[in-house]
Amino acid sequence: MAHHHDDHDHSELSPVEARVRALESILVQKGYVEPAALDALVERYETQVGPHLGAQVVARAWVDPAYRERLLADATPAIAELGIGGRGGEHMVVVENTPEEHNLVVCTLCSCYPWPVLGLPPVWYKAPPYRARAVIDPRGVLAAFGVRLPQATRITVWDSTAELRYMVLPMRPAGTEALDERQLAALVTRDAMIGTGLPGAPASVPASVPA
Amino acid sequence: MNGAQDLGGMHGLGPVMPEPDEPVFHAAWESRVFALAMAMGFTGAWTLDGSRAAREAMPPADYLRSSYYAIWLDALERQLAAHGLARPDEIARGVPDPDPDPDPAPVARVLTADILEPRYRAGFPSDRPAPAPARFAVGDAVTMRNIHPPTHTRLPRYVRAKRGTVLRVHGTFVLPDTNAYGEGENPDWLYTVAFPSSELWGEDADPNGRVTVAVFEHYIAGGRT
Repeated sequence: MAHHHDDHDHSELSPVEARVRALESILVQKGYVEPAALDALVERYETQVGPHLGAQVVARAWVDPAYRERLLADATPAIAELGIGGRGGEHMVVVENTPEEHNLVVCTLCSCYPWPVLGLPPVWYKAPPYRARAVIDPRGVLAAFGVRLPQATRITVWDSTAELRYMVLPMRPAGTEALDERQLAALVTRDAMIGTGLPGAPASVPASVPA
Repeated sequence: MNGAQDLGGMHGLGPVMPEPDEPVFHAAWESRVFALAMAMGFTGAWTLDGSRAAREAMPPADYLRSSYYAIWLDALERQLAAHGLARPDEIARGVPDPDPDPDPAPVARVLTADILEPRYRAGFPSDRPAPAPARFAVGDAVTMRNIHPPTHTRLPRYVRAKRGTVLRVHGTFVLPDTNAYGEGENPDWLYTVAFPSSELWGEDADPNGRVTVAVFEHYIAGGRT
């Protein structure tokens, strides 16, 4: 397994790169961390765990009403049915968007995010502007993402203050009746599962499907 | 702690900036900090709550101008020093002390590549058996305690002394306030409490909005303390 850093002399590194390199080398020499495990951790979150997994959960809920019921009632075992789960998603809660209510997830205190279904969070999710604004001005946040909802739609913001991890189950877009589960999953964006976006339109599907 | 991490409702921080096609890490050093923090957390030297407490102990001005993984790096170095695993001068040199402690601090376990996948698939649940019955039920009106501990807590300032309604009862979980300092897990009931936006932000708030917060019974007036 390849290291993600090379072996330049420290003098060629920026101060923070040198500081991290020094920290890693001392922790390795003390036997507290194993380089191969560090590489595997990075590879796991760069290449294996990401929002394509949450999209599978959403698509299943869209096509299987009994699965949707299980998912909303007790999300962690329902998600595990698809072989998805683990660190950062030990206690999952799935909240459903409806015509009457839109859900938005934030962590005002740090960066809590449902890793097994969405991967590691984007910078904007962890950064102060989103964490500050989502709870006091959710409609303004949604506008920054190009999402405008009717005033009558209630917005519920979920602040991830404990070890519960939230994922939004977006509404299935209109005109997707002919799509199969895999095609549906391709419409489900990361932002749609945070609540800052809506699922994509089925652009590749004819506007009117022959009966 | 009334620190810079407690950001809910703060103004003047600039626009939310989504980044198209954002990479998981923006530099190699970020990925190493992430992995080092995960691997050191696995040793059992401290808890996830302890890591959060260390990050929010960063002086507020520094916290607000630091990038996410820079905060993690700073906290990790301070945790290593606080737990006697590596001194700042050792870290600065990048080599172990030439005159090392004859009795170096051991760690309980080391994360190795062969156990990463099964351990991360299993996860690290923080629910625990209930030590006592829940004092509140779905539908109950509850008021948050007006607490301002200088130490770690997960009750954000913007809901302190505010009134909400219990939406869900989740079971009992490790209490971060004590677990962060190795002072015990003290499992406590965890509730989702819904607050109308007008209760939190006043008459100009969205009349149709609400915010839910996951709160321990410890944080609720009349709850177990």
